[in-house]
Amino acid sequence: MPRFLAHALLIVCAAPFMAATDEARYATERKALLAEIQRDAAATADATGRPHFSARVMAAMDAVPRHRFVPPRNAGSAYANRPLPIGHGQTISQPYIVALMTELLELQPDDVILEVGTGSGYQAAVLAELVARVHTIEIIAPLAASAGKRLKELGYRNIRVKLGDGYYGWPEHAPYDGILVTAAATSIPPPLIKQLKPGGRMVIPVGTPFFTQDLILLRKDAKGKVTTTSVLPVAFVPLTGDR
Amino acid sequence: MARREQVLLALSIGLLAAAALAYQVLLFRLLAIVQWHQFAAMIISLALLGHGAAGTALALTGHRLLPRFPVVYATCASLFAVVVPICWAVAQRLPFNGLELVWNPGQFGWLAGLFLLLSLPFFFAACCFGLAFMHARERIAALYAADLLGAGLGAGLATGLLFLLPPGDALRAAAAAGAVAAALLPAPRLARLALPALALASVAMLPGSWLAPRITEFKGLPRALQVMGAEIEAEYSSPYELLTIVRNDMIPFRHAPGRSLAATSEPPRQLAVFTDGDSMTALTAWDGRRESLGWLDETTSALPYQLIERPRVLVLGAGGGAEVLQALYHATREIHAVELNPTMLGLLRAQLDEPRVQLHRGEARGFIRTDREAYDLIQVAPLDSYGGSGAGVQAMAESFLYTVEALTDYYARLTPGGFLALTRWEKQPPREGLKLFATAVESLRALGVNPQTHLALIRGWQTSTLLVKKGELTAADLDRLRAFCELRGFDPAWFPGIEPDEVNRHHRVPRAWLHEGAVALLGDDAEQFFADYKFHIAPATDDRPYFFHFFRWPLLPELIKLRGQGGLTLLDTGYLVLVGALAIAVPLSLLLILTPLAALGRRQRYDARLRSGTYFLCLGLAFLFVEIACMQRYGLFVGQPLFAAVAVLAGFLVFAGAGSFVASRVRNRARALRWAVAGIVVLLLQTLALPPSPGIVESVAGRVILTLALIAPLAFLMGMPFALGLSRLAAEAPAFIPWAWGINGCASVLSALLAALLAVHLGFSAVLWMAAGLYALTVLVWPEPGYDVSSATPRDRPGSR
Repeated sequence: MPRFLAHALLIVCAAPFMAATDEARYATERKALLAEIQRDAAATADATGRPHFSARVMAAMDAVPRHRFVPPRNAGSAYANRPLPIGHGQTISQPYIVALMTELLELQPDDVILEVGTGSGYQAAVLAELVARVHTIEIIAPLAASAGKRLKELGYRNIRVKLGDGYYGWPEHAPYDGILVTAAATSIPPPLIKQLKPGGRMVIPVGTPFFTQDLILLRKDAKGKVTTTSVLPVAFVPLTGDR
Repeated sequence: MARREQVLLALSIGLLAAAALAYQVLLFRLLAIVQWHQFAAMIISLALLGHGAAGTALALTGHRLLPRFPVVYATCASLFAVVVPICWAVAQRLPFNGLELVWNPGQFGWLAGLFLLLSLPFFFAACCFGLAFMHARERIAALYAADLLGAGLGAGLATGLLFLLPPGDALRAAAAAGAVAAALLPAPRLARLALPALALASVAMLPGSWLAPRITEFKGLPRALQVMGAEIEAEYSSPYELLTIVRNDMIPFRHAPGRSLAATSEPPRQLAVFTDGDSMTALTAWDGRRESLGWLDETTSALPYQLIERPRVLVLGAGGGAEVLQALYHATREIHAVELNPTMLGLLRAQLDEPRVQLHRGEARGFIRTDREAYDLIQVAPLDSYGGSGAGVQAMAESFLYTVEALTDYYARLTPGGFLALTRWEKQPPREGLKLFATAVESLRALGVNPQTHLALIRGWQTSTLLVKKGELTAADLDRLRAFCELRGFDPAWFPGIEPDEVNRHHRVPRAWLHEGAVALLGDDAEQFFADYKFHIAPATDDRPYFFHFFRWPLLPELIKLRGQGGLTLLDTGYLVLVGALAIAVPLSLLLILTPLAALGRRQRYDARLRSGTYFLCLGLAFLFVEIACMQRYGLFVGQPLFAAVAVLAGFLVFAGAGSFVASRVRNRARALRWAVAGIVVLLLQTLALPPSPGIVESVAGRVILTLALIAPLAFLMGMPFALGLSRLAAEAPAFIPWAWGINGCASVLSALLAALLAVHLGFSAVLWMAAGLYALTVLVWPEPGYDVSSATPRDRPGSR
């Protein structure tokens, strides 16, 4: 029994230090991930039109503790450049894709952003590092609740999470400088296009869970005319010898 | 052995074989619901190695078990009954997620766990068969016949049962049959009564919720049910699939795939329909007002209606009815819609009470080949969901909708000036749209029609629509096409006289690959383009009906290198899963076949072991080659894939059982084998030369009966060589019987996987040719000097002079 007590005591005393070493480890892994993302960005420059991601976006990626957004059993893989399951049939996107989507929005510090599909809240947190306000809507009740709680704990005061139907956007805070539709959609809801400011940008990832195939970048010009572009996140050309 | 005991043993084996095959059929259904189809096929293929493992185990330990045959047999049969439901209940609780395989190698461990668990029932059943063969070796061919007959009946019964019971409950029936088989044999009371009774009790007591399918959380249905307000309105289980209807009044479904970004309308109330927990389609509630269908004019598939007035329309694949409603919106004269699934058809009938619409039940190709009518417009809708085509999960699914011959059939049913419209999902870089275009080019060229002037192709951000006109596209057609694209924000990729500045304007892609591809395919260097394109986009044919197969090997290293950017999303997982299954099955089979050889060699000298092993290997491979190729051939002929599959599967087993039974009575084995193989080869060549034409018989039932009649002689003869080989082994080296049985089990697994792979690359005809070759080889590889078994005299015996 005394031996058991000694063990317990040791664990209790060591816990804060262990947490500190964990944080340090996560920070190191995060740096390595950021370097990997920049390498991928350079490799995909032809496809995305961006030879490297901006320092602001990378700083935001560095500031958000991704390990706090994944289920504890996956925390070890939090800084692997891969999507992870977060429960309820949803995933947290691959960090490289999160960085690319953020980059494509070309955010300014005083922007107001709408996100449809909060999920774990990770993307909202990255956005919140870069803009004035982020409004995010989630249709799965437990996810909306847990993301809201998590973002509050992490001290994000400029994010508002709402449980509801993303189709109609969030007209009370419209228009938006940028909109991110991460919820799988078979069509792009017209109300969202309406809530986008002239000159604004919308990004919609297309694919299935764990497989983002391409990103649709929708631009609304000053006159309100809409054009879309398909951005391949991968440096792939379908014809041989065609690089 | 007493006559009564012989009959009971044969009955018991037949019943257990029926139970084991029913388990296989039900397991496929269950796995297809909880997992994606390609994993279902892989897991079952590998689980069937349980047969091979049983052969190995018996080869090593059978001689020790044989003295207690009745008890061991009853124990194994009872264990089969116990593990069928329990293994399923546990297996579906393993946290296997096929979609994560490319990201997380740890998932391979769960995959291995799944197939090992699910192989246990096969192992115990095959132990019973192998032991019985060793025990009653003088009647071995007759017992093998009972095994085949039982399996054939089991296939039919399991399918029938799925009309009555959900698959989880049907599994109980299969398990119970195993317990009854255990109780049939005369054995000590404990083994005969207590064990089966305990097994039955365990089967009965397992809660239904343990057996009901738990669908992986990443499939469409569980995801839709997570959304607040979602509720299941109805569920229909059948051997075809599990259809689940979901309603959500709080956050409505607004399923409008491929809709223009310039769209402003909102789809009316919809119910979502999920097939096997995925592949969502929507049933739209129509209030009868034309205006409420306006959103259906905002998709690429609405293009043909801009070019034709009041057409008579045929919709192939009615699904949730979107194309039928689209036709109604465009004031069509008459609409015929074909749907394979009776449940779906019923739902559609209930929604659509409109005199202009006639719904037909049938498979698209079967319908078009037997129908004599002509149409101004034939619409082929994408019935699979966008997600389904996403991860290449269908890569290995056969589809006769998009082959060169299919397009020729559709074209033949068009009125002069009529249109064929095919809509597919559009991906970047393009695959489906380009392959379909290549298919149309080849089909038109074969008909002597100039594809340049008869084809038009447009794309939106999510779909592309290909138009084939029976006649040249006119200037007026092209004006309307341009206006439609301009209004909806779609981009033309091909029409006669298209200018480079007309492409890639609205939804811009990195490069106008679809347009460039179309131009190349219409030119003289199409072959070079196929070779240069990194995806496989050469047209599918009825002999190689793999429209969704886009994988080419050079892609693999490139995409693995691009893994960090999500490059693996461009892979067809279906093909790789098949190759992966084969890569696991080959070494495992070798291990299972070679391990007992060493032990057996020490116990008994048998010089012909390698020859006999090859003989059984060839037979195992050839039998399934023929069966699988016939499923494809008769599937197209019958026009109802499910009925054809069951008829071919059950027919082959039952007729082969009859053949085995006759083989058990022949006097001259060598002569019987030569005649049987000669007959098999001739019939295979005849099957290759004369594919059945569906025009011969009007009704589906008639075609099923004709299928059975056509396969009967072939299957009968195919049942003989294995039975003949077993009786020869029983006479020459009985210890090697379980080994041969194990080889057969392993060969069947390899055969099923190889047949699919060969069909992808070489076609089903090649699979039949190879089967013919393998059968021919059996005569040569293990020749038996002909002598009369029953009256064998020293004069007849080899080497006796």
